[in-house]
Amino acid sequence: MRGDAEAHELIAPGNLSAVLKLMADAPGEWTPIAGGTELMVAHAAGRLNARRLVSLWGISDLRFINATTESIAIGAGVTFRDLREHGVVASDLPLLARAASWIGSIANQSRATVGGNLVNGSPAADSSPALLAYDAEIEVVSVHGRRRIAYSEFHTGYKRNIMTTDELLYAIHLPRRFARHQQYLRKVGTRRAMAIAKVALAGTALLEGKKISEIRLAAASLAPFPTRLYRTEAVMLGEAVTAETIHAARKALLAESQPIDDIRSTAEYRRGVAANLLEEFLQSLRQEGRTQ
Amino acid sequence: MNTSETTRIVGASVARKEGVDKLLGRARYVDDIEREGMWHGATVRSSIPRGFIRSIGFDRRIDWSQFSVVSASDIPGDNHIQLIVADQPCLADGMVNHREEAILLLAHPDKHKLREAVEAVHIEYEPLPAVFSIEESERQDPIVWGTDNVFKTFLLEKGDVDSAWADAAHIVEGEYRTGAQEHLYIENNGVIAEYSAETGVTVWGSLQCPFYVHKSLLAVFDLPAEKVRVIQTETGGAFGGKEDYPSLLAAHAALLAMKSGHPVKMIYDRMEDLAATTKRHPSRVRHRTALDNEGKLLAMDIEIATDGGAYSTLSSTVLSRATLHSPGPYVCPNVRIRSRSWATNTVPYGAFRGFGAPQTIFAVERHMDEIAAKLGIDPAELRRRNFLHDGDTTATEQVMREPVILDQLLDRALAESNYHAKRAQFTGENPTSAVKRGMGIAAFYHGSGFTGSGERYLNSLAGVDVTPEGEVRVLVSSTEFGQGTNTVLTQIAAEAIGLDYCDVIMAPADTGIVPNSGPTVASRTAMVVGRLIERAGLQLVALLREHAGLGEHFTRAEFFAASERYRAAKGEAVSLCRYQPPPGIFWDDQKYRGEAYPAFAWSVQVAQVAVDTVTCSAEVEEFWAVQEAGRVINPVLATGQIEGGIAQGIGYALYEKVLLQNGQMINNQMTNYIMPTAEDVPPIHAHFVEIPFQHGGYGAKGIGELPHDGPAPAILNAIRDATGVSFHSIPLLPEDLFAALAARQAIEEPAAV
Amino acid sequence: MSECWPTIRITVNGQRHLVQAPPMKRLLDVLREDLHLTGTKEGCGEGECGSCSVRMNGELVNSCLVPALQAEGATIETVEGLAQKGELHPLQQAFLKCGGAQCGICTPGMLMAAKHLLAHNPHPDIAEIREGLAGNLCRCTGFMRIFESVIAAAAQSCVAEEQRGADAR
Repeated sequence: MRGDAEAHELIAPGNLSAVLKLMADAPGEWTPIAGGTELMVAHAAGRLNARRLVSLWGISDLRFINATTESIAIGAGVTFRDLREHGVVASDLPLLARAASWIGSIANQSRATVGGNLVNGSPAADSSPALLAYDAEIEVVSVHGRRRIAYSEFHTGYKRNIMTTDELLYAIHLPRRFARHQQYLRKVGTRRAMAIAKVALAGTALLEGKKISEIRLAAASLAPFPTRLYRTEAVMLGEAVTAETIHAARKALLAESQPIDDIRSTAEYRRGVAANLLEEFLQSLRQEGRTQ
Repeated sequence: MNTSETTRIVGASVARKEGVDKLLGRARYVDDIEREGMWHGATVRSSIPRGFIRSIGFDRRIDWSQFSVVSASDIPGDNHIQLIVADQPCLADGMVNHREEAILLLAHPDKHKLREAVEAVHIEYEPLPAVFSIEESERQDPIVWGTDNVFKTFLLEKGDVDSAWADAAHIVEGEYRTGAQEHLYIENNGVIAEYSAETGVTVWGSLQCPFYVHKSLLAVFDLPAEKVRVIQTETGGAFGGKEDYPSLLAAHAALLAMKSGHPVKMIYDRMEDLAATTKRHPSRVRHRTALDNEGKLLAMDIEIATDGGAYSTLSSTVLSRATLHSPGPYVCPNVRIRSRSWATNTVPYGAFRGFGAPQTIFAVERHMDEIAAKLGIDPAELRRRNFLHDGDTTATEQVMREPVILDQLLDRALAESNYHAKRAQFTGENPTSAVKRGMGIAAFYHGSGFTGSGERYLNSLAGVDVTPEGEVRVLVSSTEFGQGTNTVLTQIAAEAIGLDYCDVIMAPADTGIVPNSGPTVASRTAMVVGRLIERAGLQLVALLREHAGLGEHFTRAEFFAASERYRAAKGEAVSLCRYQPPPGIFWDDQKYRGEAYPAFAWSVQVAQVAVDTVTCSAEVEEFWAVQEAGRVINPVLATGQIEGGIAQGIGYALYEKVLLQNGQMINNQMTNYIMPTAEDVPPIHAHFVEIPFQHGGYGAKGIGELPHDGPAPAILNAIRDATGVSFHSIPLLPEDLFAALAARQAIEEPAAV
Repeated sequence: MSECWPTIRITVNGQRHLVQAPPMKRLLDVLREDLHLTGTKEGCGEGECGSCSVRMNGELVNSCLVPALQAEGATIETVEGLAQKGELHPLQQAFLKCGGAQCGICTPGMLMAAKHLLAHNPHPDIAEIREGLAGNLCRCTGFMRIFESVIAAAAQSCVAEEQRGADAR
């Protein structure tokens, strides 16, 4: 334990409006902490810079999953355990349920929150590729009100996002319109469990006849933050899945991705395996195209 | 011979002696212990790999009067840790030779104040050029240790290797490399020390070898033996990682205790433990092998190099075992082994389960598959043609006087794993599957006990006594750290004396109480110390019969009554035995010839591996291990040793990489040093074939290290079987597989469409 | 400073405690230092090894990652609470018999993870056992004996259930 507990303040106002007021009164002063699976690690390593923290744990205003016929709203305080055990998430957003089951271990899933995963902004965040492939929207809140933006616009750089210092991530909204889509998610981690993604790829696509009428591809660890692969999508959109288009898509992905060498893997591996994952997804579409 | 019919407790899976305490959470590990007035210690470490210390400054933002500060100048005795060559300073004095080398020690009543204080010590260095690999050290420029960077050299020769090349039908060459490996015991290194002028130094700690620590403390403090006391606390895993390092840490805590006048606890956190403590020696092994038309070995020319790190510590003995295991379990008339351990400016490499053998067994067992491929012989068959048998001689010309049943072990392993059918099945499936499967074998021995004359030098003493409270105690300095010492030795004592398992306990592993039964290393405890306890138990009964009227047959009550009479007459009821080498043992330390080990344990392992060509990752799907390790004293514990060693060996092969940057471990967190989890370890099938060894405790030989020797070559052989690609180094990570498979794909399918 | 620390109410193994502690103190340290319940171990301090696993309000958590303030009002179960009236819990009995504990340092956390698993899934298959224990690193056993222990404990509680059922009839 390298951190000094006495060097940090932590308060738990217990409801959302009190937290928002605190953050509005002293913008940038308070760092929100939910399940602590990221910040407490930094604390133990003596790397927690935040002096004043405000607890979001146990705030029921943030821990909800509401489903309407059109969409599903997931509160930022929902844990990954909540997520993987929720019936509608499992049926309508299977990639997200699966991503949730890949977070760390059971003990991490019971504490780590969806909001924390996104706000932390790791390029390797487990939930991000699925959320991007499902066209998620992010709702942020402050004393001044709420605003919504596409999740694909949320991250602006390595561990940076569009939120201002007085805002909190409030909810994630997902449209319920992927029942007919072909869906793909694969995480390549350092091992089977307790693993950080070396690379992960999610995809949703709709086939009309043999042609792709809609496609979203998203990846972890191919850029400084989780990203959609727009240029790769563009190569496939409106096309039939053939050996040629798969080859072109691989090329586009290799050109579009900008992974790095780091302690966990190499840029070359990440790029090459991402292309393999893409091919695996596209081959499954090709099979589907054949059977249709 | 089936002795299980003749023993009551030996051979039974009695529950672990200290098991209930561990399961209730009341076993006391060192960090669970508090001492009155205890302070906490921390270490100021080198931030450069090599250089002179020019100045040490203390930042004024800290109130240093609240701290105790210890430097090399505070050491009353010899500033060196006493291992084989006393070259490692207890605290750096003017110069550092590796990153994280200890320079200063700090103690304070509040452990949370230490971090900031450590960072407030400013050390100025004059850096010197450093070397970080075997190849850099071999250039001998700069010289970073001694006169030539060489810690130790061995030359072992049998027959005439150079005469064999001309007539050989085949000559196969190969180079094999292994990386460092971290023990990753879940309990980090830690000790508590107390000091007083009257009683001297007392240390409690997580450690394997109380008398190693004792010896170092005597030198560092310049004290007589009775003024140093070392007590092992419950130890949460060791694997060799607590063989040599605790001597250094204990000295540090004891120096702080002396300086501060308080008990001092030093517990490393995971980052410090990973960055600053020992690892398995990296190695490079080159093989040049001559064979005849039938695939029989004619000559083996083996060159071994290990990276020893900055100080010699145990490198010479690790190199010895590496050397003696490098030719594998095969008959070969001409063998030459040249081995060297090199100095580099990294944290000293140290003992780790297998102690050099996993490195050279990886090389020879990988090499056997390369030979098999080149000659077009099945890998199992090639091994069978060359196996040692009773009466054959090893590379040291040791005659195999005990039964050697490698053929039987191989047959069993092939049958259990369904090896041939599976290979045929995979050969059919692989061409059309994205997942390529393969089977791989490793066959090997592991020498039990100390090498050569080692056990004679150790001259171990162990025994049993009967306390006034009516308990029989096993008196050994052999320690429990998960492998089962407590259980196995009390089983043996109970068996020998004729009591029940529950009647026998372990005396505390406290140098003030127990005799020196040698270090708990080298798979020697059940065999060597177990034998001493067996003898001591029998001797105790004989003493009671002779001097206290114990009858030929006796009840528990009669035994304790006789013990009571004996103690009343003699003052104590104790029976000690000293090591006696088996007869006819000859060992030449100069020529490295003769009986390298009193006994060998034998094993054949088979790995089934799947390589996913999408992710380029290899996973072990199933693993079989058949071994002959003498009599199995406790089947459940022995099986646990095999399974645990295999899991660690799988980690060594496919997951665990120590990333060094300028001699600094940069992945020193559990999240970045990847060991296999419960989801990564495959089903493991362990089978024992028992041939009791007459000089081991109730027939036991060594078990603990054996299982770690085989997984890496078996797995890489299976990967070769699956993919047709040979890999020559471990750890073999997906990134390495990717590079190799991508390169092959580029050749085979230049315009993949 | 200590006078401004909050008082945290927690119930550990059925016993209620009031602990005055810095709110960012780890639950692990509250258990070990304030309550002297040293059965819960620290292996890594980063939520990787699971040695510090305890159950908090019925959830499995790594106590090294829980700030004390977030345990306010919580019900905590640690290894010390497993055995009842001097009798080992079926999991403890199974670990003892099947060799599920070697060095013992991961054992308290492993037991809590296993208890949590069986609480949600009394008869897990091997894949579920592997997943349930994946956050608890054991360097000694290679996990095989631990899996066997959990299977044996599940079977035993199955027997116990049947026994209870029979008794009820």
